[in-house]
Amino acid sequence: MSKQTAMINRYKWYEVISIYAAIAVFLFFVLAPFVEGFLVSLKPLSRLFSSPYRFWPEHGSFDAYFTMWDSVPNFGLYVFNSIFISTVVTVVVLILVVPAAYAFARFEFSGRGPLLAAFLAVNMFSGAVLLIPLFRLMRSLGILNTYAAMIVPGAAFLIPTAIWLLRTYMMRIPKELEEAAYVDGATRLYTLRRIILPLAMPGITVVAITTFIGAYAQQFIYALTFNSKTEFMPLPIGLFAYFGRQEVIWNELMAASFVGIAPALIVIFFLQRYLVSGLTAGAVK
Amino acid sequence: MMNAKRSAVFFAWMLLLPAALYIAFIVIYPLIDTVNLSFTNASLRKTYSYVGWANYDKIFNETFAAVIVRTFIWTFFSVLLKMIIGTCGAMLLNAAVPGRSLFRLLTMPPWIVPMAIGIFMWGWMYNGQFGMISGLLQNFGITDGPIAFLAYGNTAFWATIITDVWIGVPLVTLYMLAAIQAVPQDLYEAAWTDGAGRFYRFRRITFPLLIPAMITMSMISLIATFNSFDIIWILTQGGPSGSTTTMIIDTYKTGIGSYKYGAGAARAVLICLFLSLFCFFYFKAINRLSTEAV
Repeated sequence: MSKQTAMINRYKWYEVISIYAAIAVFLFFVLAPFVEGFLVSLKPLSRLFSSPYRFWPEHGSFDAYFTMWDSVPNFGLYVFNSIFISTVVTVVVLILVVPAAYAFARFEFSGRGPLLAAFLAVNMFSGAVLLIPLFRLMRSLGILNTYAAMIVPGAAFLIPTAIWLLRTYMMRIPKELEEAAYVDGATRLYTLRRIILPLAMPGITVVAITTFIGAYAQQFIYALTFNSKTEFMPLPIGLFAYFGRQEVIWNELMAASFVGIAPALIVIFFLQRYLVSGLTAGAVK
Repeated sequence: MMNAKRSAVFFAWMLLLPAALYIAFIVIYPLIDTVNLSFTNASLRKTYSYVGWANYDKIFNETFAAVIVRTFIWTFFSVLLKMIIGTCGAMLLNAAVPGRSLFRLLTMPPWIVPMAIGIFMWGWMYNGQFGMISGLLQNFGITDGPIAFLAYGNTAFWATIITDVWIGVPLVTLYMLAAIQAVPQDLYEAAWTDGAGRFYRFRRITFPLLIPAMITMSMISLIATFNSFDIIWILTQGGPSGSTTTMIIDTYKTGIGSYKYGAGAARAVLICLFLSLFCFFYFKAINRLSTEAV
């Protein structure tokens, strides 16, 4: 940062205070549900349903984090299902997207532009719009009420963004490397496997992370519609069943939610740089 | 030479084939099937017959017109609020104050954690007796009694919008932040040397250069918001008495809830038509901007 830029960015004291105040309001909006959810998970159930409202928990404890394992007996299974579904979705997406992105990045053939546009147009339709034919399709394939019913449509709608991200990354790999390999007599497939794949690894990592997060965050509608078996339910649907009950054990459900989102929060913490670069790539250009 | 080129094209198509087939099978075929079903009386029964435009005739009545209008109002306010809050957030996070990388990190959770779980937490916050919003409003003496936000049509409508905004804001913020950071620094330096104030620099440099990114982001938000399902389904399931029933909720209730596949498909076709229309205007706007830039 040049000296001049530093001077432009110098704020007066009252400007600094108003910036911090505005950031505080902004972050309060973003984080309020998590703060409230966490405080609820600390409150004993009897205190939770008492008026008047108290923001801070009295007699707060972490009891709910232990008792929830009895109240939500399948909790471990739900978390496993969530992670399992997201992992398989990520693998499927990568297997399909890596070759496709390479084809779009490197080869010239008639129809390339329209085909890429067609892939991106998929982003326009969410699974919710196509739910009725998808339901019939899953039924005729005989995969209703299996993991596959949640994995197959989940992967399809994550493919377009993944192709776009990886194509952008692969276009930056110098062409000369492949040309040198061809001169040495390497086949196209060998060149892809031995030269492009290792060089594209950082890009593939970003795509894998964003796909996994996307698959983990969006587990609701397919699981709600295409699966009714408890043993295959991902966490959001597993917990959703408890919210419809007469007596909702809010503190334990909030505790369960926090344990369930912990993997995602850990991912944010360690991989935030990849996430931001991955999901805002192509934003500006 | 010619042969080499042809084999390269063949190789490229081979690479594309798996992804293209997958999309054709899971997206294109269902899309065609939706249009096909919309002209039938398909239901849970194995067979169905074609009924012409009957499904479309039936949905064009007052109730459905209200659903369309409601969907547009819901979408409009959600996108508008997302863009305003997100762009303001991006400008705040761009300010050169200590701690901003931490603040950027703290912006991300609503977008990263499973959507449904964030919505569960909002469900508790909207609770009239014990939730935070009603509770704080009473503690500060703004309202006398508890407000059950999800129990009344008007408040439920806005409550679902606010939750949708909450989920959308992180992406808008980070996207607009990237756009702000892409504005060349020397423009600011030149303006600063000429004595331009901070507000003037924003109005004359930052804002005009952000317009393409704003259009792109509004478009992405518009499509996502128009398709928004989880939030309304978890919080209100379209109620109370239909006040949060958007087109997508209506389609789900008809097609999946009551097994009227034909009538549901006709509604889905209408949603697709609206989405195509949005895209058409988007590309027009982008084209005009790029020709103006030249």
